Formats: sequence, structure tokens, C-alpha cells
Amino acid sequence: MSQTLNIQNLHASVDGNEILKGLTLEVPKGEVHAIMGPNGSGKSTLSKVLAGHEDYEVSEGTVTMDGVDLLELEIDERSRAGLFLAFQYPHEIPGVTNANFLRAALQARLPKGEEIDAVAFYKDMYAQMDSLSMDRKFTGRAVNDGFSGGEKKRNEILQMMMLDPSYAILDETDSGLDIDALKIVAEGVNRMRSPERGFLVITHYQRLLDYIVPDVVHVLFDGQIIKTGGKELALELEEKGYDWVTQELAPA
Amino acid sequence: MAQENPVSWFAAPPVFDLGLELPDWYRQLQESSWQKFLTTPEPARTDESWRFADLKKVRFSELQAARPAENVEALIQRAKTERVDDFAAHFVFANNRLVHSEINELPEGAVCLPINEALVEHGDLVKQHFMQEEGSLGGDKFSALHAAATLSGLFIHFPKGATCELPILTHHFASGDFNCVFPHTLVIAEDNADVSVVDTFETATNDEQTIFFANVDLVATNGANLQYVALQDESDHGPKHVQLNSSRVGRDARIKSAFVNLGAEWIRQESIARMMEQGSDCQIFSANLANGVQEYDQRTLQSHEAQHTTSDLLFKNALYDQSRTIFAGLIEVKPGSHHTDSYQTCRNLLGSNEAEANAMPGLEIDADQVKCSHGSTSGQISDEEIFYLQARGIDAEAARQMISLGFLNESIARLKGEAVQTYLFERVERKFRSLRSA
Repeated sequence: MSQTLNIQNLHASVDGNEILKGLTLEVPKGEVHAIMGPNGSGKSTLSKVLAGHEDYEVSEGTVTMDGVDLLELEIDERSRAGLFLAFQYPHEIPGVTNANFLRAALQARLPKGEEIDAVAFYKDMYAQMDSLSMDRKFTGRAVNDGFSGGEKKRNEILQMMMLDPSYAILDETDSGLDIDALKIVAEGVNRMRSPERGFLVITHYQRLLDYIVPDVVHVLFDGQIIKTGGKELALELEEKGYDWVTQELAPA
Repeated sequence: MAQENPVSWFAAPPVFDLGLELPDWYRQLQESSWQKFLTTPEPARTDESWRFADLKKVRFSELQAARPAENVEALIQRAKTERVDDFAAHFVFANNRLVHSEINELPEGAVCLPINEALVEHGDLVKQHFMQEEGSLGGDKFSALHAAATLSGLFIHFPKGATCELPILTHHFASGDFNCVFPHTLVIAEDNADVSVVDTFETATNDEQTIFFANVDLVATNGANLQYVALQDESDHGPKHVQLNSSRVGRDARIKSAFVNLGAEWIRQESIARMMEQGSDCQIFSANLANGVQEYDQRTLQSHEAQHTTSDLLFKNALYDQSRTIFAGLIEVKPGSHHTDSYQTCRNLLGSNEAEANAMPGLEIDADQVKCSHGSTSGQISDEEIFYLQARGIDAEAARQMISLGFLNESIARLKGEAVQTYLFERVERKFRSLRSA
């Protein structure tokens, strides 16, 4: 079975408007792929479609994860199957503590009747929080409630660490981060890099890729990947700007 | 008199002999209150304080003072199994009678006694603080009835400086159709005392039409801290629950009270909080989970009567099926009560299109340099929140439950004492589970 996240000719629309227009992309385990693109190119739509958001309708194409048809699965089933989406705008869940939230997410992965080992859970969570320089008081705070932008993004990475996915999609994780927070988040991601895991890093800016160095860079424009290259493509894009994409790379 | 009044709920005053020499003032109060009960009209549709209420729920007849409960041992066992983990004292009442008590530790000088015994042994203190609230939010007839009846419940007196970390617990059980119980809780926290009380109201079995006419008097003087929690976890069809609460807060003192409603077919809770001296603070929380055809009717008054007083109210309702809630809250800032700081929020989470949440917030300000805000919101769980939890592997149904539980937990989390919070949280969770399996 192929160990990849394989997206073939994906067409997806929201409110009747087609946003993804035949996107093809393959992320093998062990690699970090970056997707860059101007506003409106379909970056966030791709992450939402992969996670299974119900507002987005897939009209054509396939997505498989290690051979499993992802589009046939419910949102929560996709997560339990090993897909993780770090949200661009993580939601606030008042009254639900971070610890209880993570516990429920891990519990959902266990067979019925099996209980999570609370001691091991807290030990693991504290260790991961320490590595992200997160204060332990965040375990008792409501999920993202009153968190700063940087705290929310760190919380996303904490969830990723705890859930240990096979494929992680980072949707503009750099937005709203100052340079220190960006470094901490990037270090967290880099520690997670492994031959057993694939990453899809979606970003508008090249800056993040200084810290999370990708194996492959894709340029997304108008719902299609129009150029693929190595990490140097990100630098070229940064230098020439997105006008270069629209004027020279875009298919006429 | 009773025979002359065609709408009387009782054929005779709901009293029985306790074998105690009750003081004269109290016997007279009982008698005059009975007359007042008989002459006070039933709530009417034209009465603003009963707006939105289903008045059919208060058309009582053939009620009676509860006869002794059966299977008392089982009730005691239940109360002991399902109580706050750590406690200072625990009293269990069944059908108005004390059936169990245990005291672990109380600070020196503190008194914790059944109210009827306190009437005999601490008559002056009881007389000074018992049902002194003259204002009403519509429940005059209930308050007169309560004062006329033989009571159950606790008298708690913490003298100056007495403090206790652990809560004092009572359980009030009722059983038997048309049986009425009259729980009373009177808590006096004197200067710098610190006391916490948890009342739990339950029915012995399902489907019994029992009625609770409860009354709570809370008094905190200079610098005292008083926390009061009422958990109403009666059977969700049959029982009715009326509870009138009075809080009187003195200088630099604080009263925190919380009302958690899960059971009963119909409830009416009225809370009057008076911030009477400089630095008085009152916090009032409620977390209610209504389903089926339950109707929860809550009316509150935050009365600021001195300068530099503060209050905060947060009521949360989660509604399912055809349930209804009514919240009517008034913040009143009396003349000269400058520098008042007062908040009032009611939030409703609608889990069904047929559920109905009514909110009537109000403000009356007669002072300067006052900070007051009030607001109410009603809404459904947002799809984006569910998406977020689902994206972490939690199924949609569990996600809805987590969000609703979190919603209610926000007011429970404001209480002092982890064991108390856990106790309430687990009861709310238990009701959610029962909704889910239904």
C-alpha cells in the first residue's frame, strides 16, 4: 500500500463556486511539502476539504491516505485515521478545558471500554507543553478561550504532538505569530518530522519556510498547482512576488 | 377560613407536631402567615412578575404536608454515596424529617443544627434573620406558605472569625404524590467568617408529584465570605420546586450563590440580593439543563443600597426538546449608591427548534459614577465549533455534548472548591448522558 497522502484532480466548490479546479498533489510519508499561493488561490479551501468540512462539496477527483479513501470518511473518522489539521483560526470552546479536550480526543481513539491512562496522559502532555514553552496553567483553561494569537497556534501544535498523526496539514500556522512564537512553533514541527509522517505546510509567506525547511514547494493558483520545485522555489517566489505567478506562471 | 377559600391549596395548615417547645413568636408567625397565605391571591396572568409563566403549573389543590417517607435507609445510602467528597457536616432530610446527620469538623463556636431545634436553642438569632426579606419578585403566596409550615433544613451560624474550607451538606428528599416539603436554609456568617453550604434536592423515585417549597436566607456581615449552592436534581417529571432566596451582604462581605437545575417538571426560583453596605459583593450563578417539557422560571433582583458595592450575575440555560426557560433580572441602584459596579448576563443555548428561552433583563439606576451592564443571548451551537472538535477525532454527538457541558460549566467553574465543582459537573454530565441514551 502506498504510504502517501494522494490528491488527484480534486475539484471542490463552496456555495456553488468552484475553488479547487483539478488539484493534484502527492505527499509521501517522511516529506514536508509547502503550498504557497496568493490570497484566494484556494489554500484554505484545500485544508477544509481534506479535513471534511461540510460547506465544501467535492465534485470530482480522489483523495487517499495510505490507500484509504479519505472522502468516504466523516470528519472525526479522518482524524482518527491519522489526519491532522492545524487551523488557521482555531475555535474557542468556552468551559471545556484543554486537558479534557485532549483527553476526549485521545479517548476517541481507544477501543470501546478501554480507558485512557490519566497519569501517563498528564505526564506526556506536560512534557509536550514544556517543549513548546507553554505554561502548565493552560491545561485548566478553556480551549483557546481568551488565548492570544500565538497561544492559539502553540495550542494547535500541542494537539498535533499529542494526537501523533500520520499526516499533518498546517494551515497558515505562521499568521499572527511574532518571530519568537514562530521559532517555537517551527521547532515543534521540526521535532515531529519523521519517516513515519508527512506534512503539508500551507503558507502565504516564505518566512515560515526559513524555519520549517520543505522538501518540496508547490505554487497554488486559481485552484490548481501550477509549479512544483525544491525549497529554492519559495525564495524565488518571495523575491519576484505573486505578480510573477499571475503574470508568468499562470496558464493563459 | 380554609373552607371559605375555594382556591386554597391545603385543607389545613401543613404543620405537624415535632415534640418541641417552639417559641411563641414563631407560633404566632406561623399562624399569621397562614392567614396571609389564604388571603394572598394566586399568581395571575396580569401580574408582570409572572409574565411568560405557565400559570397552570401553580393551580394546586389537595396538597398535604408530607407523611414520613418509606425506605429511608435507601435514601440515606444514596445521599452518602453521591455527595461532595470532602465535607464538614452532612444532614439528610426525607419528607421534612431529619433522618441522618454526621459532623466531621466545624470551627469553634460554629453551630449547625436542624432549623426546628435552632428555634428552641437559638431563638433570638433565628428571629433576627429568619425570613426578613420584605420585597417580593412575585412569590408572596409561597413565602407566606413556607412561613406557615413545619420546616426542615439547617440553621448554620458561623460566629466572628470562624472559617471552614469544607462545605456543609444537606440532602432534601421528597416522596409521595402531593406531598409537600418545606426545606429552609438559614446561614449567618458573621465578621470575617467563611462558610460554604451545598443543598441537594432530590425525589425518592420517578414520577411522583411531590412539591418543594424551599426558602433560603443568607446573611454575611463585615468581611464574611459565604458560598451557597443549590442543586435541584429531582425526577424530571412530576415534581415542582419553588425556591425563594434572600441574600443580605454587609460591609466588605461577599455572598456567592449558585443554582443548578436538572430535574423537576416546573421550577420557580426567586433571588433577592441586597448589597447593603460599602464594599458588599454578591455573585449569583446558575446552570440549568432543561429537556422534555420542563419549565424553569427564574427571577432575580440585584439591589445596590450603598456606595462601592458590586455584583455579578451569570445564568446559563441549555434547552432541549420543548423545554422552556424564563429569566427576569433587575439591577437596581438605589439613590446615593455611587460607584456601583454591577453585571448581569443570561445566556441560552438552544438544542432544539421547539425549545423556548425568554429573557427580560432590566436596569434601574439612581446614582452617579455607576458601571452597570446587562445582556442576554440565545443561540445554537455553532457548526464551526463542532467541526473543530470533530477534526480532533471526537464524533459529532459527543462534540455537541462537550460544548453544551462546557457552556454550563462556565458558571459552575466560578465557584470555590474543586470538590463542589466536580460534584455539580458530574451531575450535569449524568443528565447529559441520560439525554444521549434516550
